[in-house]
Amino acid sequence: MTGKTLYDKIWDAHLVDHAEDGTCLIYIDRHLVHEVTSPQAFEGLRMAGRQVRAPEKTIAVPDHNVPTTQGREIVANMTEESRIQVEALDKNARDFGINYYPVSDIRQGIVHIVGPEQGWTLPGMTVVCGDSHTATHGAFGALAHGIGTSEVEHVLATQTLIQSKSKNMKVEITGQLPPGVTAKDITLSVIGKTGTAGGTGYVIEYCGEAIRALSMEGRMTVCNMAIEGGARAGLIAPDEKTFEYVKGRPHAPKGAQWEAALSWWKTLYSDDDAHWDKVVTIRGEDIAPVVTWGTSPEDVLPITEKVPAPEDFAGGKVDAVRRSLDYMGLTPGTPLQDIKIGAVFIGSCTNGRIEDLRAAAEVLKGRKLADGVRGMVVPGSGLVRAKAEEEGLDVIFTDAGFEWRLAGCSMCLGMNPDQLAPGERCAATSNRNFEGRMGRGGRTHLMSPVMAAAAAVTGHLTDVRELTAETV
Amino acid sequence: MDKFEKLTGIAAPLPQVNVDTDMIIPKQYLKTIKRTGLGVNLFDEMRYDEQGNEKPDFVLNQPAYREAEILVSGENFGCGSSREHAPWAIKDFGIRCVIAPSFADIFFNNCFKNGILPIPLPQEKVDILMKDAEKGANARMTVDLEAQTITTSDGEVISFEVDPFRKHCLINGLDDIGLTLEKAASIDSYESQAGQQRPWV
Ligand code: SF4
Repeated sequence: MTGKTLYDKIWDAHLVDHAEDGTCLIYIDRHLVHEVTSPQAFEGLRMAGRQVRAPEKTIAVPDHNVPTTQGREIVANMTEESRIQVEALDKNARDFGINYYPVSDIRQGIVHIVGPEQGWTLPGMTVVCGDSHTATHGAFGALAHGIGTSEVEHVLATQTLIQSKSKNMKVEITGQLPPGVTAKDITLSVIGKTGTAGGTGYVIEYCGEAIRALSMEGRMTVCNMAIEGGARAGLIAPDEKTFEYVKGRPHAPKGAQWEAALSWWKTLYSDDDAHWDKVVTIRGEDIAPVVTWGTSPEDVLPITEKVPAPEDFAGGKVDAVRRSLDYMGLTPGTPLQDIKIGAVFIGSCTNGRIEDLRAAAEVLKGRKLADGVRGMVVPGSGLVRAKAEEEGLDVIFTDAGFEWRLAGCSMCLGMNPDQLAPGERCAATSNRNFEGRMGRGGRTHLMSPVMAAAAAVTGHLTDVRELTAETV
Repeated sequence: MDKFEKLTGIAAPLPQVNVDTDMIIPKQYLKTIKRTGLGVNLFDEMRYDEQGNEKPDFVLNQPAYREAEILVSGENFGCGSSREHAPWAIKDFGIRCVIAPSFADIFFNNCFKNGILPIPLPQEKVDILMKDAEKGANARMTVDLEAQTITTSDGEVISFEVDPFRKHCLINGLDDIGLTLEKAASIDSYESQAGQQRPWV
């Protein structure tokens, strides 16, 4: 008998029912809920007279559509539509008795940052949320993925999900990362190599020396973008770093339960003889600081490259590239470093954690935003914000000319007034560069926090290695 | 849920790869707390200019395709966010079937929950259907879920695969939650067993 992958092990431990046609019922350990994809699900429950089956395993937090400016806990300061969704979540959380972090609570933040921060996310769990970046929680060795609103309703009512099993894919990053290269560069480079549909039908396990060397926060950045590669979920086997990170968090197990949990968590790894349906290997040494140039996360190149031409591609991609260069206002052959920007956004569930803010602040220390560039820092949670203030990072950002905002998704999806203007070009630490994502007509270049900080200082896309080399 | 058995209708061609959920329904329309009414904003930024006027060259604005019930498109359709607003908008517009070489996982799932049939087919087959769709309003296609076939306006028959459970639910308009609740006993016993093995959860 062949061994099992980590995914196989978690799957087997959560199988409630296995029908003859292959459809399975999977038990859900944690269900995260936010204001945008849940109202219709709660409405559905009410209409059918159903209850939330496991309110103690359900956690709600408003994040996508909340203002990130001061005074937002006063309802009158929200736009009409934000208010309707936030009030609906308030009411639903209360009526159904689920765990809730309202905007007035310092623990509020982006759902994928709050879950790990509060210890809701633990190794070996199944975690779902009506949001595709649920993959983030995979960094703990949890099987975590996004679901639609009908499935949100299904999980609320039954604490299970109807699923068919995905295939196993291994993405190995060997060796060590060169200086200036971060978790974001890893995850973007993987998508650049496999394409946005390369992971479709798979659950990815990231492994290898370069992944092991990452902090928990870096691992979350990597898993966060598994969905951008088309995968259902991304996972990293838990290790001492994981246990260390989890220990002592408010909802992590304590005492004898901690010991019991730990002994199970230590069995959560892929066996040596496990079967992989697909394997991708990348040398850590070959990864460079990258940026995206187009309107798909697979449109990624090292910062030292030039804007490609449509003819460099094949098939349907030729037209797609023509369209995206037109949208992005770019000419083939332009060095990426010559692309001027008008805005910088540091935040999101990809790169809105404390280490991300520290890394960006390190580059910005004693420097200023380039003329004509506006900058916004949006911490991933109220606690991240408080920690940054304790360390004085807010002063570095505001001295550089950045706005220092309250926690939320903000410009990452531009649902509220935090948006790009038409044609405005932004260096962003978020995860999607789709047309109109950050504001109608807005142009997004994805990159790591240090690369975004470097671009902020020079006013154009910049190789952070050159900028920081100047100072040493 | 609405049943899907057999559909004969106009197919609109959208020969583009990576049609993402932000294109299908931009975020400013996610502020609703209802499932209906999103059809007018389907493909909003491709369909309307900044003043809100229709762009005449966009396929669904052309007289031939205003009543389209089938959409034929490129690879990786529906990539991006988990927003179910995307299939809600498609359905509200009147489209019940999307045909493409491949689909993003969550979008694909969401379609079935809303009475929409997504059909992945090899590129060559999609090319045939794309050509047929380009013929306009007189070229009606038939999608027969029971028989698992698509018949072009010229009578060419293309068969497709579909997961038997999903097919069963779609044909009978079955609600997943109702089906799962029939297994409540299994969920109960799983919970009590798992509660002993992993009490910290
Ligand atoms: S930060 Fe962006 S990607 Fe993350 S959950 Fe919010 S909107 Fe989604």
